[in-house]
Amino acid sequence: MALSGVEIFKLLPKTNCKKCGFPTCLAFAMKLAQRQVNLDSCPDISEEAKKILGAASAPPIRAIVLGTGEKAVKMGEETVLFRHDKKFINPCVLAVNIKDSLSDAELNKMVDKVLNSEMERVGQKLRIDAISIENASNDKARYEAVTKLVSSKAPDTPIILNCKDPSAAEAAVKAVADKKPLLYCATTDNADAMANIAKANKIPLGVCANGLDSLSTLTEKIKGLGVDDIVIDSGAKSAREIIEQNTQIRRSAIKKGFKPLGYPIINFLQREDPILEASIASLAIAKYASIVVLSSIEKWKNLALFTLRQNLYTDPQVPMQVEQKIYKIGEPSPESPLLITTNFSLTYFIVSGEVENSKVPSRLAVMDCEGLSVLTAWAAGKFSASKIAQFIKDSGVENEVKHRELIIPGYVAILSGSIEDKLEGWKVTVGPREANALPSFLKSRAA
Amino acid sequence: MAFVAPKETYSGKVLSVNFGKDSNAVTIGGENTMPFLGFEGNIANKPVIAYEIQDIIPDDWPENLKKNYEGEWDNPARWAKFCQENLKARALALRLVGTHPDRENRSPQDAAKTVRDVLSAIDIPLIILGSNNVEKDSSVLVAAAEAASGHNCIIGKAQEGNYKTIVAAALAHNHKLIAMSELDINLAKQLNILITQMGFDKERLITDPMCSALGYGLEYTYSVMERIKLAALTQNDATMQPPLVGDVGMYVWKIKETAASETDLPQWGSLEERGIAWEAVTAVAMLIAGTNLLIMRHPKAVKAVEKVIEELV
Repeated sequence: MALSGVEIFKLLPKTNCKKCGFPTCLAFAMKLAQRQVNLDSCPDISEEAKKILGAASAPPIRAIVLGTGEKAVKMGEETVLFRHDKKFINPCVLAVNIKDSLSDAELNKMVDKVLNSEMERVGQKLRIDAISIENASNDKARYEAVTKLVSSKAPDTPIILNCKDPSAAEAAVKAVADKKPLLYCATTDNADAMANIAKANKIPLGVCANGLDSLSTLTEKIKGLGVDDIVIDSGAKSAREIIEQNTQIRRSAIKKGFKPLGYPIINFLQREDPILEASIASLAIAKYASIVVLSSIEKWKNLALFTLRQNLYTDPQVPMQVEQKIYKIGEPSPESPLLITTNFSLTYFIVSGEVENSKVPSRLAVMDCEGLSVLTAWAAGKFSASKIAQFIKDSGVENEVKHRELIIPGYVAILSGSIEDKLEGWKVTVGPREANALPSFLKSRAA
Repeated sequence: MAFVAPKETYSGKVLSVNFGKDSNAVTIGGENTMPFLGFEGNIANKPVIAYEIQDIIPDDWPENLKKNYEGEWDNPARWAKFCQENLKARALALRLVGTHPDRENRSPQDAAKTVRDVLSAIDIPLIILGSNNVEKDSSVLVAAAEAASGHNCIIGKAQEGNYKTIVAAALAHNHKLIAMSELDINLAKQLNILITQMGFDKERLITDPMCSALGYGLEYTYSVMERIKLAALTQNDATMQPPLVGDVGMYVWKIKETAASETDLPQWGSLEERGIAWEAVTAVAMLIAGTNLLIMRHPKAVKAVEKVIEELV
């Protein structure tokens, strides 16, 4: 649990030596409480105080890394319950579960799907992040062979070893230990053996129990056995259990500083119907899962889940922006109208949607205004006549259109004269104030 | 360290609103906990999904949506009956798109007739929506409210620019009302206040903070909804306590992801499932953020979300 400035102050040397860069120990303590400085800035702090303060300043949800190299994924470190409070930090890992009882041909097909899952959206590369290999065969040799097969075919993809049998797990872990897989899972029945494997191989351990009470007891035990990197599964399967238990875990960790549940959450939520599975996965992504394990990864499903994850993990304080360029809507000809707006994503989505509704093929010039809406950008001097003129000149749109007419948002009608002054040979037309008036505006012009 | 379930105490409660008649009437809202946290409160009523139908043939719907209704949709009453009987709809939302000046510019009298026809064909609750043209809606919805008198419908959407006449009509004919503002908690609050100041009970109001489709600003709707629910429950803000509606279908089925062909975008996979999943995922996100009433279009998306609701409550 986070300590207050005064509580921290009591543990400091109280010499006011200024070596930390602050005039007094109390000022330093206040900054520490706000997590704006590092404890190491104090050269004279006692070991004991360091230990207490270090534990208190640890993030409420431990950071765990799955895999190595470029495709490694980080989980945990979340600090809030609602995304409007502060950005959700480490996006939920999407994994697919593969059973080792499948034929080699089927296995290869699944791994290929993972390798081909990457797509780009709003400038980010998104993919199925991990493969969970389930020991469904109950055959130790088969499990080890499949683990080797998957890891050689997808050497960079993080692996979850989904196996409750310690002897099968041990063999499989050995084959891929250098890739930092997640061993899943330790239960009340196999906790000692699993903890030993995780500890010996320095890999994170999934811990699964039935309910939050026994889960807390079990993580404490595992931690006592020397494993620090833990991922937790409360056994939640139904939509209701997922939302209730994930919420309780996140709240316990963040609001109560309850360490036994201060770990990333893994949810297994396989459903027969892939649309239902996508729906339940959405709920887990929204409500605090750090890993969601799916049973199928059709491209259409990936697209929907990647997009949802991207939406929920955007920073609410930084407006989402779209790329500055001339967007074509429909199939515009050189005579089609040219409109301009700012690159605030919501503005773009609404304006482009209404232009699309008009069924009038058009060009929409989207200008980089640091993600501000039209009025705000205008007020901040980022959507000014000279900047608009410069953007139109630089965009090369003059080679695409025959006419020289630019339609500006009604809210910045005041700019029309000065844009005409700065953009020689162009006529500026004032469009509607609200986007929903665009269809009739564009249609009446086309008629 | 023993685990103690961390429970919140909520001082407020979402109001419950019922619409429709007799044994088919449905009630939404009434919960005193953040969405689906049954361990710390009472979820009085499950969220309800209304199927959307329109007064004119929606020729802008993509093929995968169209094929579900094609044989029925040239007549709104038959379309409505089809949803009630074949799809087992619990509620319907009739959108009077044809009244829009840019569409068929149908008169308020035409709209009133459509409303009467639809109401005589069904016995499930009806939501009556305008074309979202601020000026036109203020006359269309007044006529529609009168035509539906006695049916305890939901009329919408009242917006800042036209709420006065629509509120008066809903009041006169005893309907419930959707108040829509544009993605801002303060605007939503302000409109609810203006409407209740006209003597309209907050117990008859439904808030539409404006929906957005997955990938097209969904995060804004999501956070506005969560903030409205937090204000209603933790701060006991009475103006934020009406239940929430998510008008999902109309935002989802006009975007590229639900319409672009597999030939053009093979990396996006099957178009049919892509569209259904897009509507279902958008709807589930709205539910998690606090929506009590959803308006949707694709029967398979509705079925999937209904299954999620069954699992949730």
